Amino acid sequence: MFKQAKWSEPLVFELGAPGRIGVALPEIDEEIKNLVGEVKIPSSIKRTTPPQLPELSEVEVVRHFTNLTQMSYGVDNGPVPLGSCTMKYNPRIAWEIAFDPRITELHPLQDEKTVQGLLELMYELQRWLANIVGMDVCTLHPAAGAHGELAGVLTIKKYHEVKGQLDKKTEIIIPDSAHGTNPASAAMAGFKVIEVPTGLDGNVDMEALKSIVGDSTAGLMITNPSTLGLFEEHILEIAELFHNYDALLYYDGANLNGIMGYTRPGDMGFDIAHINIHKTFSSPHGGGGPGAGPICIKDRLVDRDRNIWLRDLIPGYVVVYDEKERVYKLRGLGPYSVGLLKSFFANTVPLVWAYVYILMMGPQGLRRVTEHAVLVTNYFAKLVSEIRGFEIPYGKSRFRKHEVVVSARPMSNEVGVTAEDIAKGLLDAGFYAPTIYFPLIVKEALQTEFTETETPENIDKYVARLREISEVAYKNSLEPKNWPINTSVGRVNMAKANNPKYLTPTWRVYLKRLRGELE
Amino acid sequence: MNTSHPWIPSSTPEQVEKMLKIIGVKSIEELFTDIPREVLLTREIWESLEIGFKRPLSEIEAKRVIEEKFSRNTKLKTPPFLGGGVYPHYVPSLVKYIVSRGEFLTAYTPYQAEISQGLMQALFEYQSLIAELLDMDVVNASMYDWGSAAAEAVLMALRVNKNRGKVILPANMNPFHKKVIETYTWPHNIKLEIVPYDKIRGTIDIERVKELVDSNTAAVYVQYPNFFGIIEPEVRAIGELTHEKGSLFITGVYPIALGLLKPPGELGADIAVGEGQPLGLGLNYGGPYLGVFATRYDMNLIRQMPGRIIGLAESVRSERCFAMILQTREQHIRRARATSNICTNEALVAIAAAIYLSMLGKNGVVKLAEINYYNAHYAWIKMKKNGLNVEVFKEDFFNEFPISFNEFKLKYSVIHEKLLEKGIHGGLYIGKYYPELGETALFAFTEVHLKSDIDMLIEALREVVFKR
Repeated sequence: MFKQAKWSEPLVFELGAPGRIGVALPEIDEEIKNLVGEVKIPSSIKRTTPPQLPELSEVEVVRHFTNLTQMSYGVDNGPVPLGSCTMKYNPRIAWEIAFDPRITELHPLQDEKTVQGLLELMYELQRWLANIVGMDVCTLHPAAGAHGELAGVLTIKKYHEVKGQLDKKTEIIIPDSAHGTNPASAAMAGFKVIEVPTGLDGNVDMEALKSIVGDSTAGLMITNPSTLGLFEEHILEIAELFHNYDALLYYDGANLNGIMGYTRPGDMGFDIAHINIHKTFSSPHGGGGPGAGPICIKDRLVDRDRNIWLRDLIPGYVVVYDEKERVYKLRGLGPYSVGLLKSFFANTVPLVWAYVYILMMGPQGLRRVTEHAVLVTNYFAKLVSEIRGFEIPYGKSRFRKHEVVVSARPMSNEVGVTAEDIAKGLLDAGFYAPTIYFPLIVKEALQTEFTETETPENIDKYVARLREISEVAYKNSLEPKNWPINTSVGRVNMAKANNPKYLTPTWRVYLKRLRGELE
Repeated sequence: MNTSHPWIPSSTPEQVEKMLKIIGVKSIEELFTDIPREVLLTREIWESLEIGFKRPLSEIEAKRVIEEKFSRNTKLKTPPFLGGGVYPHYVPSLVKYIVSRGEFLTAYTPYQAEISQGLMQALFEYQSLIAELLDMDVVNASMYDWGSAAAEAVLMALRVNKNRGKVILPANMNPFHKKVIETYTWPHNIKLEIVPYDKIRGTIDIERVKELVDSNTAAVYVQYPNFFGIIEPEVRAIGELTHEKGSLFITGVYPIALGLLKPPGELGADIAVGEGQPLGLGLNYGGPYLGVFATRYDMNLIRQMPGRIIGLAESVRSERCFAMILQTREQHIRRARATSNICTNEALVAIAAAIYLSMLGKNGVVKLAEINYYNAHYAWIKMKKNGLNVEVFKEDFFNEFPISFNEFKLKYSVIHEKLLEKGIHGGLYIGKYYPELGETALFAFTEVHLKSDIDMLIEALREVVFKR
């Protein structure tokens, strides 16, 4: 039986004692102190009250954070089948290598000559990723998936700017099943977002799409397989349609784990794709980040007279090999580049992780990854569809790819037990819950993605738990409202946490409110 | 391929067969028949592509490959004397240990609050510790890095001051951050006005700020210490000028310096951003880093804030707990009208910073800042004594300062090469960003540079410059 640790762990501010310190800092050398004298910072900028930080010894710090880890849950603890998140096992050999001081101590502005080994690794990774997605050039620069999306839509914007048609190309088309980051990224790039509906078969509604695409269309952002886990069967027709209007196709790579080795965005007609290194390529998600979101492009001539190619427009840096000097270099920003999206090169540590993963997998292993991700998904889908209260809408007879969206609408309609209740019931059995209430087009959605690293035994147990939840729901529909009971705390009161009268984003706000200093 | 793979537990023939039977298909390939034939890859084509070494490698082989690569990086005798926004700082072993624990390392964003309390408490503590360091009330759970945090701050200011179309940036801010701001603002028809720096002091030309701030100014950004390492004594005065016109005041800070320098909150900042890398994170050749982002407690500001925020909450059983708050600002709910597209952030790095700040505590933060200050000033005084031109600007600096080689008629690239021959990586050539400074390089000194390292650098510079 699952019972999560419940430490009444104080906040770090409630620990320690005045005068303690948790790290042995060096003393300032006497000779240095004598030579420099007192600190001579002008009073207008000299800090007079030290920051009110708690004072802990090192042993208190390790206990505090160890207790906090025991009230957390990751892939190392059990299944985390969050849909569209691809929470796979994070191999520790890659951890050991990616955290090697010979990487972590390299400054991004160091002379390229001094980091040739790392640059060669990055150069190879660029090529491997390009081959995996069927593209020509990759930049490793973006720090996350959404950052890659921004990099991609800005590249689309630059494409139309260079072609002198930006005043006309103002719209980006996005399916209603898309990740929220897609419309948000398009909006950040200054585009108007036009939504296209999904048909009952799970494909984009082609009639609706044709009526929307036109001269003002700048591009399409789509993931394939979709967030329903369904392969977009009209993708070639869609690509042709957009290209006929000189609009570019952007591939949201969040769902690459569902097709790797079977087909490639570049072959499907996409012009730009991002890759979630922390999903498909196994770098850990760290409780929210870091990730890395390289983008790759299918090169094409943008302006014949000025000899500008799509590769000239992408942001960040590309690692190139200088045949003459026989050295690897970072190719900087050209005059047509979108520019920098972060201060320096790339999120190197997760990228090294991905390099090790691909190195050990080889193409054979990567294709197997997809095969088993898809296999376990359809296995789960089949079993769950037989449980009372659940259904799998859209493309009912179709096979899923990396994920499946189960709807608890029948259960919710019949007895009022919701996707949220079901999620909490899963937590109680020691499983993380799926992504719930997404995609928005599915009512009471449980978007489930086990990935190839989950054991069939755990999937069986997960299904058994869902069956149990269903039985409880139909017997006593009020009981699930009390879940969870086996986690560190009971169900969180979200309304109160978001009430402006209670809103507490930091400890100091809590103290100020207590003293009546806010409002 | 019949052998099971260590990372694919379902890859035994029996389990495959069992699952296929339940699904009702004969082979795994059948599950891919909806992919159009024209774009379907055969196994042969896929396996012929250059992906990895075209075959799976064992751990033993993979380590050999990596060792060979690492061996071709140059081994330096001291940590580089390079700053420019990120710095070689010490990362205590405990920080590395905690962030390697699987419960944090392999967790996702805490969408399920009740099972993720430890993770959220750690992030709440990050926000709260940074709030004390910055003297700001509201901190988010991280952005990608300083540059992107500064860019998001500018976008936030433009949302708050909806009808204003100008943002003022100083010429002495980090040029990489400036480039990121240019990228983020490019789609939005904003005027970025650059304030020159005082050529003698190296500080922002405050008179020019006065002329430039107007009722169309959405925000003024100031970095302190600035890109030259100079402390900028008049930050508060610039903030006052900014507020007079109803503009928002954004400050960018190097958090280690806040052990000695007044925090943004005390200087009147409405939004504060900075680079969290120095707080317990390696240089990582460009990332991951940690974008610090904070604002005042004002609902008009908070509602426009980008990024995830963890808040104190209560469970239905009246237990103290934590939750993601104000999610209606975020992309997964508000989509095209979200305050930012950010989803994956730098949570684990934020936790690293929380651990390090907990270890440093109130006194450690001040002491660490002092070590940085003293080491850099020792280097400055000794270099001056040795005839190097370290007086490019008059105003005091924190842990980084420019050295001019113009009078020696020496290209910095030549000096750099000579230093490298001695196993030393010198500072950052800044003539590229400030042509008026010519052959000038920015040198940084932190707690990881021992006195003997600094002496070695000075001796090497002396040899290169004077014993030609």
